[in-house]
Amino acid sequence: MSEPAVEAIDVTRSYELEGGVVVNALSGVSLRIDTGEYAAIIGPSGSGKSTLMHLLGCLDRPTTGALRIAGADVSSLDDTQLAQLRNETVGFVFQSFQLLPRISATANVAMPLVYRGTPRAERIERARAALESVGLGHRLDHRPTQLSGGEQQRVAIARALVSQPTLLLADEPTGNLDTQSGVDVMRLLEQLNTDHGVAVILVTHDHEVAARARRRIRIRDGLIESDDGAHSVADQSVAP
Amino acid sequence: MRFAEAFRVALDALRANRLRSLLTMLGVIIGVAAVVILVAIGSGAKAEVEKQVEGLGSNLILVVPGSLEIGGAPSASRLELTDVELLGRAVGDANAVATTVQSGELVRVGDKEVFTTINGTNETVVNVFDRPIARGRYISAADVDTRRRVAVLGSSSARKLFGDVDPIGRQVTIAGVRFRIIGTFVDVGSTFGVDRNAEIHVPVTSAQRLFGVDRIDALAVKAPTIDSIPAIQKRILDALAEKYPGDKFSAVTQTQILGTIGQILGLLTLVLAAIAAISLLVGGVGVSNIMLVSVRERTREIGLRKALGARQRDILVQFLIEAVLLTSIGGLIGIALGVSASLAASALSPLPAQISWWSPLLAFGVSAGVGIFFGVAPARRAGRLDPVVALRTE
Repeated sequence: MSEPAVEAIDVTRSYELEGGVVVNALSGVSLRIDTGEYAAIIGPSGSGKSTLMHLLGCLDRPTTGALRIAGADVSSLDDTQLAQLRNETVGFVFQSFQLLPRISATANVAMPLVYRGTPRAERIERARAALESVGLGHRLDHRPTQLSGGEQQRVAIARALVSQPTLLLADEPTGNLDTQSGVDVMRLLEQLNTDHGVAVILVTHDHEVAARARRRIRIRDGLIESDDGAHSVADQSVAP
Repeated sequence: MRFAEAFRVALDALRANRLRSLLTMLGVIIGVAAVVILVAIGSGAKAEVEKQVEGLGSNLILVVPGSLEIGGAPSASRLELTDVELLGRAVGDANAVATTVQSGELVRVGDKEVFTTINGTNETVVNVFDRPIARGRYISAADVDTRRRVAVLGSSSARKLFGDVDPIGRQVTIAGVRFRIIGTFVDVGSTFGVDRNAEIHVPVTSAQRLFGVDRIDALAVKAPTIDSIPAIQKRILDALAEKYPGDKFSAVTQTQILGTIGQILGLLTLVLAAIAAISLLVGGVGVSNIMLVSVRERTREIGLRKALGARQRDILVQFLIEAVLLTSIGGLIGIALGVSASLAASALSPLPAQISWWSPLLAFGVSAGVGIFFGVAPARRAGRLDPVVALRTE
């Protein structure tokens, strides 16, 4: 159970703005999230939670500190290796869905497999299976523009799933959805977490959404302010 | 990412912006079509000239006053009729030397008139040149010696002046002087756009009297074999140098004439192709420009693809294929357009366009190369985009 999916040790991330001003987005974060965990990262905008999510998602490298994802030290990887690690271990769900509007739901879902070199027939088969598992078996050939917001986000979740990641990062997944669709999407994420054992990390500033997670990590000014589940083992039941 | 997938994605992106893709291709289309057409016309003209010069007769050496090189100034002829014998002695065969003095004159039969080239020649012309006689006979040595007023008509002159009537034995008035027709030529082609079927041949002596001149314009010598040509050229020039010290003469073969004309036409084709290539270059810059716009427009897509595991190289290849696809499709359309325009030109106009196998291939290769060359910068920019920044772009 307590295999770390991602482990950050005193991670900082600073940006140099034009004119030489250095901004510290993260100023020393240590965090361990195990496989099968369900955590929410919460904090006001500008707190550094997006930066943290980018780091956890291998989209970025820390300025200092160690970051281990699926056992690999991110700092030692080059861009190509990082892309591969992302492809194999991380699934993303974005607030604005980030689907390509001109291709079908199946093609959108199959996209991560393209960069893994999976043969076309197998890609389509797995993409269909993923869409069926999120309840969109009847929308395989629809384009994103022909789908409702909730459906689009479920396509995005199917896309995150299709590559069978160990870590699923969801950035304000319900931010663009109505209440009912938001609830559906949250249920889906919870189900994935329990059924497939995927570690889910939610980034949100919606307290209702955060309340459903089994662990809440609160960030402020680039530091962890509170972490009610540090040292794992879920002891909280899913809130209704 | 597999190549086939990158190809599909690129094709899809081009289809998404049909009009823009087409307009971008237009530069390449025009450039490639221009290259194909101009090369076709250039090489067609060259082939036509070669065919015509070869039609003059084999192993022929033309002797003219002055220099035949490009840029050489034409000079007045000092050759005279006795030079026919001089060259006859020099080459050892009087029958191998032909002469010509030409002038344009008004020719009349009854109420029909034509203005055409009167060619004063001697009896050896049928031997030296390929000018077979259709009916009657050619000018004889006796005709030349006694300045007989006899004429041999080219096929088109005969038709214009006499229609379907057999002209042999009839009278024709050349510049006010009556000549008797003794023969007609077999139909031949034209040389450098001049219709040789319109020519009328008369004895050189009669022509000199008619034109009021003592000179002759040129001499032609037939060498027995190709190998003997250089020696004969030297003997001709030596004999003329001895007789006319200080004057310059040229004794050139068809190969040399061909070489000179080929040089001129080759240069011309090159210049035309270079001008066309400039438009291809401009087309390439257009492709580069549109690719930059496309990269900017699709920044979020690039960010997403990278987040999902696309490597820098995957993105670069995708955009590079898109650029190459643009120019290659443009190139193919350009070739189709160029080839059909060339075929139409040679069918509907006197331009002898000839499609060489290499020019469409070259044009296609160059246009694909242009795509790579001008696509690399935008594609690299796309590949290097930071996914975090790209995803945040609105």
